[in-house]
Amino acid sequence: MYKEIKILRQHGIQYVKDLRRQPVSELFRGRPVISADITGKEIEIVSSLCPSGAIDDKSGAIDLGRCVFCRECEFCLREKIRFTNDYRIACSRREDLVISPGVDTPLRFDGNVVREEIRKIFRRSLKLRQVSAGGDNSCEMELNAAGNVNFDLGRHGVEFVASPRHADGIVITGPVSANMAEALRLTYEAVPDPKVIILAGTDAISGGMYAASPAIDRRFIEEHHVDLYVPGNPAHPLTFINGILDLLSIA
Amino acid sequence: MSELYRKISSNPFTISLDSIPVLDYAGFFDQTVLMMKDEAEHCAALYAVEMSGAPRLFCCLANDNDHCFRLYSTELPRERSTVPSLSKEIPQLHVFEREIHENYGVVFEGHPWLKPVRYPHYRADRTSVMDNYPFYSIEGEELHEVGVGPVHAGVIEPGHFRFICNGEKVLHLEIQLGYQHRAAEKLLSESRNGISRCVMCDNIVGDTAVGYALSYAQLIESLSGTLPATSLQIERCIALELERIAVHIGDTAALCADVAYQFGQVVCEALRTEIINTTQFWCGNRFGKGLVRPGGSNYMMNRKVVDKILQVLEDVGKRFAAISGRIYSLPSVLARFEDIGCVTRRQALDIGAVGMAARTCDVRRDIRWSHPFQYYGESSFEPLVFDTGDVLARGLLRAEEVRESTELIIELISAWNNLPAGNSGPDYNLSLSPDSFALSLVEGWRGEICHSAITDKSGNIIHYKIKDPSFHNWMALAIAVRQQEISDFPVCNKSFNLSYCGNDL
Repeated sequence: MYKEIKILRQHGIQYVKDLRRQPVSELFRGRPVISADITGKEIEIVSSLCPSGAIDDKSGAIDLGRCVFCRECEFCLREKIRFTNDYRIACSRREDLVISPGVDTPLRFDGNVVREEIRKIFRRSLKLRQVSAGGDNSCEMELNAAGNVNFDLGRHGVEFVASPRHADGIVITGPVSANMAEALRLTYEAVPDPKVIILAGTDAISGGMYAASPAIDRRFIEEHHVDLYVPGNPAHPLTFINGILDLLSIA
Repeated sequence: MSELYRKISSNPFTISLDSIPVLDYAGFFDQTVLMMKDEAEHCAALYAVEMSGAPRLFCCLANDNDHCFRLYSTELPRERSTVPSLSKEIPQLHVFEREIHENYGVVFEGHPWLKPVRYPHYRADRTSVMDNYPFYSIEGEELHEVGVGPVHAGVIEPGHFRFICNGEKVLHLEIQLGYQHRAAEKLLSESRNGISRCVMCDNIVGDTAVGYALSYAQLIESLSGTLPATSLQIERCIALELERIAVHIGDTAALCADVAYQFGQVVCEALRTEIINTTQFWCGNRFGKGLVRPGGSNYMMNRKVVDKILQVLEDVGKRFAAISGRIYSLPSVLARFEDIGCVTRRQALDIGAVGMAARTCDVRRDIRWSHPFQYYGESSFEPLVFDTGDVLARGLLRAEEVRESTELIIELISAWNNLPAGNSGPDYNLSLSPDSFALSLVEGWRGEICHSAITDKSGNIIHYKIKDPSFHNWMALAIAVRQQEISDFPVCNKSFNLSYCGNDL
């Protein structure tokens, strides 16, 4: 018993008090800022270098739904591209993940596109079923971490559950491997209506590094309405949590 | 019989394709059987490559005792040949032969278990699909089957487990994988872009991002004849040990969770957070993605990072020692770990277990020691070995390896302190030696990760092969749960914590 008390004292208080404003280390790769005076030539260089085709070769905009946050474009063009540690990058609309040159404002979460029943029904309790479909296990581990002693997403009534029948929606990770496509569809169908779909991580949003793989099958995602996009490689627990709080309109 | 192979003592290595002996299949068979009777020998790689119409098999054995590789090959007469199976003689080759069968349609006659490995999209038999996996079954009125997955109760990767049970007792477990297949090897073989290949290797097995990126970087450096600066080698070892510490602590948390010891779980979770946040402090990613690159680094270690690592390790080291001491002395925890999920030494050797799974069964197998890479050869590292092969051994080994890796990092940092700081960035355009075979092994936290590549006459990679430690070790889990209560499956599974995506690729 004494040993446990001693361990508890060392353990101290671990939970993140303010999930909205918790600082993360300076080097964390979050929202990028592209200089407004990036030239056509420079855009050409970084867009051809980007391993996941996230940089538009005309406008120079970075699509966070495709970006794998490797930061190679910044290393190549330090004076024009900079990844900030702003982790609040989850959005309700796919197009909001595209960041144009000259933009240095937080990403906009458009609450107007969130279905009314989501906020009405799930605001105080949202139970999620996670489906890993070709994920590399880093996003899965970060989703687990979102519920751990540090981030404690459970404080807002949001939890992962063990059956789709108990769930209000699914969180998909991975580029959706063809071998997992059927299981994903069945899991979604087993969730009672109304239900949400959340994509966690760049792999899930666009296929990421596997977008061109012949072994993936993204029809499920193309055919369904997605309620929340959580970019990242993997999606940081704070990115996921802030996205959920925005989705449910929890301050 | 004359032995025909190339003996190689360095890891990683590159040799010209011409210099690899090509045996006829009978010679290949006999030599493999003869050499693998030595229990220190295990198969690091056995794979087929389509070369001028017919598959050529490359076999690379690694010996724990003489620290050498033995490499040789054979050419099969044509596609979809039928040849005698080696698995009958050397059971650990079962999964390698299954993979070759699945990819190329080669039939291994007499193979006891020629079943699909991962249902790759390029498989030879397109009629073989996830839904018609040929599960083993036993007839009997008192037996029942339990199917679990592919989607599991927790937030983990997909795989299907099929148990045959007698009451609560598991008679047999068969594991069907392949759900995670994304054709990573094929994309790596086809890519001509050095950055893409690196970033891809960060994203194959996310929980071992450093181990995978290092296997790749080593391989490319070996193929291009580049020797990384000593300081960079040390930094890579430190990153790899941080990854090991983080996962081992996280797995300790998960083991506690599975036996409802919540106190141990939450304390370990918080300690894991400290470690991965240190990796994030260093490179901006909690899993170390982007930290290891060929030819140099985008995140050279600096004084600030070193101080942070030392301070966190001191704190976490103490706290983890306290909590693990508590966990492994509690009767209620020990009752769930001790003598549960046992794998014997003989079984571990037979299935070719590697890494942690081997070291908990009294098999001294650790690439950091047997085939040292980067700076390990110059460090004082010695592998830790347990001999009970149960869940407790796998838990205790984790606790001991956390302590050992912490000490190792401190030693590495003091060596690093005396060296001039490196400052070179990565080189993505290293030109690779033509018509070559290269292989690189890294001891990740699960065990050895093998990356191997073959280049064409212009030095382009034409075949890229990856082997995760789980490729060997999934069989250890299947064996461990035999004659156990099915309720002990979660804790057995967690004690191995094998990779689905590493198997499926």
